Amino acid sequence: MERDTHFVTGVYEDEDVLLDAITQVRSSGIKIHEVYSPYPVHGIDDYLGYKRSKLPIAAFLFGLLGTSLALTMQFYMMRFDWPMIIGGKDYAAFPDFIPVTFELTVLLAAFGMVGVFMVSTNLKPWAQPRIFDLRITDDKHVMAIDIANNSAVELAKIEEILKSSGASEVNKKSFE
Amino acid sequence: MAHDVQHYNLDQKFEFTAATKKAVFMVLGIGAALLILGIVMAVFGGGHHEAAEAEGHAFHWYERLYANLWINNVYFTGIAIIGVFFFAIQYAAQAGWSTAIIRVMLSLGNWLPIAGVLMIVTFFIANHDLFHWTHAYLFDKASPEYDKIIDGKGSFFYWPMAKGTFPVFYIFRMVLFFGFWVFFFKKFQSLTYNEDLIGGTSSWYKIRSWSAYFLIFFAVSSSIAAWDWVMSIDTHWFSTLFGWYVFSSWFVAGLSTITLITIFLKSQGLLEMVNENHVHDLGKFIFGFTIFWAYLWFSQFLLIYYANIPEETVYFIERLSSDIYGPYIFVNLAMNFALPFLLLMTRDSKRHGVFLKLVCALIIAGHWVDFFLMVQPGTLGHNGGVGFMEVGMFLVYGAAFTFVVLSGLAKGKLIPKNHPMLEESYHHHI
Repeated sequence: MERDTHFVTGVYEDEDVLLDAITQVRSSGIKIHEVYSPYPVHGIDDYLGYKRSKLPIAAFLFGLLGTSLALTMQFYMMRFDWPMIIGGKDYAAFPDFIPVTFELTVLLAAFGMVGVFMVSTNLKPWAQPRIFDLRITDDKHVMAIDIANNSAVELAKIEEILKSSGASEVNKKSFE
Repeated sequence: MAHDVQHYNLDQKFEFTAATKKAVFMVLGIGAALLILGIVMAVFGGGHHEAAEAEGHAFHWYERLYANLWINNVYFTGIAIIGVFFFAIQYAAQAGWSTAIIRVMLSLGNWLPIAGVLMIVTFFIANHDLFHWTHAYLFDKASPEYDKIIDGKGSFFYWPMAKGTFPVFYIFRMVLFFGFWVFFFKKFQSLTYNEDLIGGTSSWYKIRSWSAYFLIFFAVSSSIAAWDWVMSIDTHWFSTLFGWYVFSSWFVAGLSTITLITIFLKSQGLLEMVNENHVHDLGKFIFGFTIFWAYLWFSQFLLIYYANIPEETVYFIERLSSDIYGPYIFVNLAMNFALPFLLLMTRDSKRHGVFLKLVCALIIAGHWVDFFLMVQPGTLGHNGGVGFMEVGMFLVYGAAFTFVVLSGLAKGKLIPKNHPMLEESYHHHI
């Protein structure tokens, strides 16, 4: 069976049931594809065993890029391209550069982080989101399990475990 | 959830053991030894005397002692009042995460009564040697040293008495500030410890309203205290954000002290419910306000540098172009901004002891340098510097402060067990 196309979904009514269910499902050796919730569930990343995001590193590097870009730009402009004496200071008066450097650092760190986030999570404006169950936008939590990813476990067994972990419904969902 | 806060020993107390006391006294002893060594060297060293006398003002070794007393008076008063301030902030903001450590914050205030006495006594002893504006001849129009600018500012110190006599208004403010700060501290202390006995939410509501009054008072008094105790040393000079600058310096140092005491208590096996999440939040506060301090420092510097008005630039010329103080400007920025900024940037460094402890110690020493740079150039000029006397006095004050705060902390229970938000603090997770 192809990966990332055929899924079993468990529908949960309550966030505490969901969190316990995640622990149960994971301990029975089933790999969870993703859990969808209508609102952020506190601490769910720890239950799902997600590693910390590496986004801060991207933010730091983009910030560093902003700092160096701003300093280079100002230094080049003020010292070589169009030297000007402002307020009786030297051409390349370092303290004057700090506010612009600060702003560009913040700007590039923020934009860079948003960009990296969108690319890494496939959040491009024309992306077609896959909806596992329309009710995740309202009042249901849905746990999606990729069947191909769990070929070691029988399909019936997966469904049984989902049911016993407190899922109110167990459905199948396939994407083209 | 499997556990809740009631599983912990909520009646735990910090015991100020003989071993801890010994360590504190050891620091006190080392500090005292260095201080005496510094004084001896200053008394018999005297290399600068002739140069100073040529300028018409003989330099005496005790002036340096007074300046050191003043630096540490102002600095440790600030750390102490920040403890009370941060406690009040928790209540005013209805914060729940911090409940387990609010008594650690409040305990810093134990230093306040002593700080107040030290401050007033030092002012009367040091007087002319620290504050140029205390000289009566500045206000005498017949005198050749008559100073029009200081005369214009004179009423702020001397009102309602004649200028150059007794600084009633100045002393009144000092007494008023310490009086109210100690009053609020005692009020908070009695209310929070009484909560252990009576339970319910009434204590919480009472502390919240007292906190609001305190914060209003503190907003004004901290700023004016900074003008009085620090900015008035350079009497001609002024900076409109000086109050905030001093406050931010106090705040970062105070937060570091709170964090260090919290980590210390945890290492003693106390405060089990305080975990890396709470420490992380304290670390974030330190990180954030480190940047805030740098922002204010730089705002003050950039505007003065850019506008280039002689009466303002004098402050930085006195420091930056001095062989003694110039390097410390950069030490100051490195210790209080560059290093903490880089070291505390990652999440792990804020959550796990070693780095945070290191940075806290760095910041506490760093902000002493900040106050050193505020006080010494204006009082000692080229006779100042960081020597044995400075290090010794800092250690003596630090040890005395630690002793007073830890003794105060040992008097009551550590955790406010009837605080309505204790459970929330226990489940704090970030």
